Amino acid sequence: MDNFCSLCDIKVGERAVVERLRTHGSMRRRMLDIGLCDGTVVECVGRSPMGDPSAYLIRGAVIAIRANDSRGVIVRGI
Amino acid sequence: MGLTARSTGFSAMSEDFVVEKKSPSDKVIAIAGNPNVGKSTVFNALTGLHQHTGNWPGKTVSTAQGSFRTKKFSYILADIPGTYSLLAHSKEEEVARNFICFGGADAAIVVCDATCLERSLNLALQVMELCPRTLVCVNLMDEAKRRGIGIDLQRLEEELGVPVVGTSAHNKKSLVRLTQRLDELCGGDIPTPRRLRYIKPIEQAVEMVTPALSGQLDSILPPRWTALRLIDNDTSLNSEIEKYYGKDLCGIEEISEAVERAKFHLAENEITCDCLKDRIVSCILLNAEEVCDEAVFGASGRSVPSRADKILTSKIFGYPIMLLMLMVIFWITIVGANYPSELLGNALFWLGDRLSELLHFLNAPDWLHGIIIDGAYRVPAWVISVMLPPMAIFFPLFSLLEDLGYLPRVAYNLDRPFCKCNACGKQALTMCMGFGCNAAGVVGCRIIDSRRERLIAMLTNAFVPCNGRFPMILTIISLFFVGGTVGFGSSLLSAAALTGVILLGIAMTFLVSKILSSTILKGEPSSFTLELPPFRKPQIGKILVRSLLDRTVFVLGRAVAAAVPAGVIIWLLANVSIGGEAILNHITGALDPFGRFIGMDGAVVTAFLLGLPANEIVIPLTAMAYMQQGSLTEIAPAQMLELFSQNGWTAVTALCVIIFALMHFPCATTLLTVKKEAGGWKWAAMAFIIPTVCGVVLCAVIAGVARMFGI
Repeated sequence: MDNFCSLCDIKVGERAVVERLRTHGSMRRRMLDIGLCDGTVVECVGRSPMGDPSAYLIRGAVIAIRANDSRGVIVRGI
Repeated sequence: MGLTARSTGFSAMSEDFVVEKKSPSDKVIAIAGNPNVGKSTVFNALTGLHQHTGNWPGKTVSTAQGSFRTKKFSYILADIPGTYSLLAHSKEEEVARNFICFGGADAAIVVCDATCLERSLNLALQVMELCPRTLVCVNLMDEAKRRGIGIDLQRLEEELGVPVVGTSAHNKKSLVRLTQRLDELCGGDIPTPRRLRYIKPIEQAVEMVTPALSGQLDSILPPRWTALRLIDNDTSLNSEIEKYYGKDLCGIEEISEAVERAKFHLAENEITCDCLKDRIVSCILLNAEEVCDEAVFGASGRSVPSRADKILTSKIFGYPIMLLMLMVIFWITIVGANYPSELLGNALFWLGDRLSELLHFLNAPDWLHGIIIDGAYRVPAWVISVMLPPMAIFFPLFSLLEDLGYLPRVAYNLDRPFCKCNACGKQALTMCMGFGCNAAGVVGCRIIDSRRERLIAMLTNAFVPCNGRFPMILTIISLFFVGGTVGFGSSLLSAAALTGVILLGIAMTFLVSKILSSTILKGEPSSFTLELPPFRKPQIGKILVRSLLDRTVFVLGRAVAAAVPAGVIIWLLANVSIGGEAILNHITGALDPFGRFIGMDGAVVTAFLLGLPANEIVIPLTAMAYMQQGSLTEIAPAQMLELFSQNGWTAVTALCVIIFALMHFPCATTLLTVKKEAGGWKWAAMAFIIPTVCGVVLCAVIAGVARMFGI
């Protein structure tokens, strides 16, 4: 059970399953909109030149999210 | 949201969406879909209209409508903004939901993305719940095929219970099929769409409320759907229902009691109000997953980002490539525009001479000749010859990048610096649009969710020189800094200098954004999600036609419309005297001390003021003012340089004019757009003052330093 971490901690090329959303307000809704909810498989596919935001593959689409926001997404590495 | 006649003109300012039926038998079709799935492409293909398309999400920010006719029916198609769901989180979602609920749509088309069907179905399932007469259009089938994703449309249709059509933008036949199915849908029985299944406690809660709703909704809103919205405290829906039906559902005791009981039931099952929406969303996504499991094959769910993406957003190459891209575009524009500009100028002035001869032949009085030829004809002739070629080259090039999908990468690369200024990376997208037209850039700011960040983006948009201003900057650069010669070296130098000017504008954007976000628009950066769509093969033919017809002709048309009266006015000012002195001299004389203070002169300042309707006319007006009773006879660079030099222009003057062209009040259309979009004259005034103050200060400093060194 020690492989729980935040979405912002997974490295480029790694995949993870969303365990829990700890974000609130508009960001939580945005995440639900793009299909990021419990059980969704996410892969980190890149980082922007200055290291933030990062790009994630979520349900077939590539979405950029800032570390500040992805910190609230608890994932389990796979 | 692109630079179309609709988005750059005054019509960009009308918001409320009302469908105009031509005859009562017209069928109104709402066309919904996630952002960037090709909704506008389908809309255009069906209606023959030219809603601008581009490869980035959030392009269509206002609703468009068009009509088309089949053998059976005549249709009115309403293109509603792209949304991910109908749960009314955001303004667009509310607009979309209200239109489907209350807008009188007879049927709906949901455009889905074949490459990520699961997420598209999330919306489709919600629309189907509201409007059983729904047609699911799975677009981008070709792209999915290329990526090895197979979709069994037959199976999908069985699973969804509504008609499904697969389309791809380049395939006309698939669109014929779409209209056939639409005819069947509108003429036949109402289909029974797949019923959205929720987890047990939610289903039970819904059943507790639906009996109380029976008889209250006149079968316009589905009871199951409405019940769940009421349980979920969707107050905006309740007020909409009150607006349309004059019924306050929550005020009806039977209903409110049932809702309370349902909420209590959910709480007993550990579903609190806070997490109900999450549960609803994950249930819908689960339904979408189930459908996809049956109908989608070969999707590994993995799309490896292209090598191009890795380079374009890499640490080392990301920024240099952006810069290079900008420079190359400018260079092509400069090289390509040079010769046509001269040719066009000669042709138009030749025509002017013939017109002049005609007037002399008709014995027209001198004043009439002056107003018509020197005022009303020559200023617009100049505007066309100087502006048309660069626009006709720049716009298609820019559309190419837009169509390709490069712009979201720019926003992705630049988000971090914007975030440091407490602003939003999507501001980079609105800046890109500003290159075309600042008014369009301001409208484009709707893609930014947070109001604070949206206002920052609107107020700083003018720091990007629009298409009316960059040819003007370019003219002065090539006259004073590169020399009028045509050659590889000098054109490259012009491009580099222009890029430098743009970089200054971008630096100012960051600086002013930072200042705004720590003073009047204080706040933390809000959350940010940006979809990076796959690169798409641009449709070259379409790009050419659209960017030339929609953008160039329209933007130029507006400039010419402003140039004609401005030309007449300045001719009158120059030729009507008060106290033995032309009015123009009074004005330029009065403005001269201020003009000198900021490194220019009264004539230039007057031209900038008169150029408020359209910046394109500033340089021609300046030349007119210098020539007074004389008139523009030719626009060859040598004559221009001579004229300006005779009137005391030095390199410092030229530099100050360039800086002021980059930073001064935006045109009247942009200001009105800011007023409309930001909701108040206060913001329009700010949009006027901020860049002007920056420009005046910077020019005054340059002029001051130059004076100190005696230049």
